[in-house]
Amino acid sequence: MNGYNFAYLDEQTKRMVRRAILKAVAIPGHQVPFAGREMPLPYGWGTGGIQVTASVLGASDVLKVIDQGADDTTNAVSIRRFFARTAGVRTTTHTAEATLIQTRHRIPEQALREDQIIVYQVPAPEPLANLEPRRAETRQMHALAEYGAMHVKLYEDITRFGHVSISYDYPVMVNHRYLMSPSPIPAFDNPKMHMMPALQLFGAGREKRIYAVPPYTHVRSLDFADHPFRPTCAPAMCALCGAGNSYLDEVVTDDLGGRRFVCSDTDHCATRQAETA
Amino acid sequence: MSPLLEASDLCLRFGNVTALDHVDCVLWPGEILAIVGESGSGKTTLLNVLSGRMAPESGQVIYRDPAGKTHDVHAMGAPRLRALHRSDWGFVQQNPRDALRMRVSAGGNIGERLMAQGERRYGTIREKAADWLREVEIDVGRMDHLPLHFSGGMLQRLQIARVLVTHPRLVFMDEPTGGLDVSVQARLLDLIRGLVARLNVAVVLVTHDIAVARLLAHRILVMQGGQAVEGGLTDQVLDDPQHPYTQLLVSSVLAA
Repeated sequence: MNGYNFAYLDEQTKRMVRRAILKAVAIPGHQVPFAGREMPLPYGWGTGGIQVTASVLGASDVLKVIDQGADDTTNAVSIRRFFARTAGVRTTTHTAEATLIQTRHRIPEQALREDQIIVYQVPAPEPLANLEPRRAETRQMHALAEYGAMHVKLYEDITRFGHVSISYDYPVMVNHRYLMSPSPIPAFDNPKMHMMPALQLFGAGREKRIYAVPPYTHVRSLDFADHPFRPTCAPAMCALCGAGNSYLDEVVTDDLGGRRFVCSDTDHCATRQAETA
Repeated sequence: MSPLLEASDLCLRFGNVTALDHVDCVLWPGEILAIVGESGSGKTTLLNVLSGRMAPESGQVIYRDPAGKTHDVHAMGAPRLRALHRSDWGFVQQNPRDALRMRVSAGGNIGERLMAQGERRYGTIREKAADWLREVEIDVGRMDHLPLHFSGGMLQRLQIARVLVTHPRLVFMDEPTGGLDVSVQARLLDLIRGLVARLNVAVVLVTHDIAVARLLAHRILVMQGGQAVEGGLTDQVLDDPQHPYTQLLVSSVLAA
């Protein structure tokens, strides 16, 4: 595209972001500040993820963008078209074909491989923010690995509801050291992060933080010994493809209480339907 | 026996105001030391310096750990000092609302130090929280209630439970009975005295209330204008004050 550098960002910016990414990969789970740029979309729509994607994108990459698991929602379509126009890269909706996947709120059902990178859009990178509003203090807590307060939150949940009520953005310990917010993916997806062969990058545009989980890194969801972590999912099967082990969205079908559950990962669902057809 | 905490020649000024003027003090294991004096005499500054929350301009504070090894409180670095405050030490503040998490249940407040020390069994935390609520005479049925709905005396007792749950060896108290009415104060003092004696905790207690010092403390340190003007056994100092300021302090207490 004329007048624009490859993948929109200028080369100096990309180098700066890549330096932050390298540092993030070297310290799994640690939030690295970076000089986030103004992007041609509002904060909260994926400005962090898009900068990370732009910085690691190469001409031979095949890009997939998902939003809540779906390839055909506004955010996913716009970002996919943005990179198709500014970088001219091939795009796809198939998880297996993609080399780079930018995601909001989901990890694809299909297991990722070593030659793939997944980029998460992060609205709130600081897992301790709700417990401790002072940024300087949370940094100190991370530095000294003082994470007792996070367990107080879990304790309160179990006391009040009988179980931990966090259903998305469930905090994890990365590499036995850093407490990390996995971005608002459902707790159902947390086990997929553990020992994932693909590189996982996280970009927070408004807060200007980048963090990462390198391939084959230990990722554990916080829990108590006598109240172990349990991912939750709707007790149903997908109405379209019959899958019983994927994350399901509830769809209201009429105003008489009718509802059905379908896979949130549209590519996974379509692939399964094609196989059975 | 060797001292638990030993401070020598502490000096600290805030601009023209001398908050600490060559103060020495020693604390023995299991002992309650009261620091008394009027407002602005440097009591709280001394407490903050002893506990490492504030650095002196000169002088040092030496802490002896259970293994008998000595540590310079102001030279050990933030990570170790914070670890010490989480384990061997405790701090009871005058206003319990500053120390407690007001939107976390009483049980969660007591359990926080346990969880910070790595306790990961929910059942154990509940048991200990219940034990400590009984210990400080709060109805165990209130365990899952928010401190927002507790009375002032209950809040202070909850704060004490929260600090003592990990059995610290040394607790700093800044006016623990300030702002409470007299009957509640009496009950709280009784409670503190009982717990401290049974757990063999050493306490540095800051108070402007001579009666509190007489009731709780083994030894007393009188401060005026940043100087420790008199120190010694509580009864000795209060019954036979030597320094003119101490005489004034003792004689100004209203007899009920």
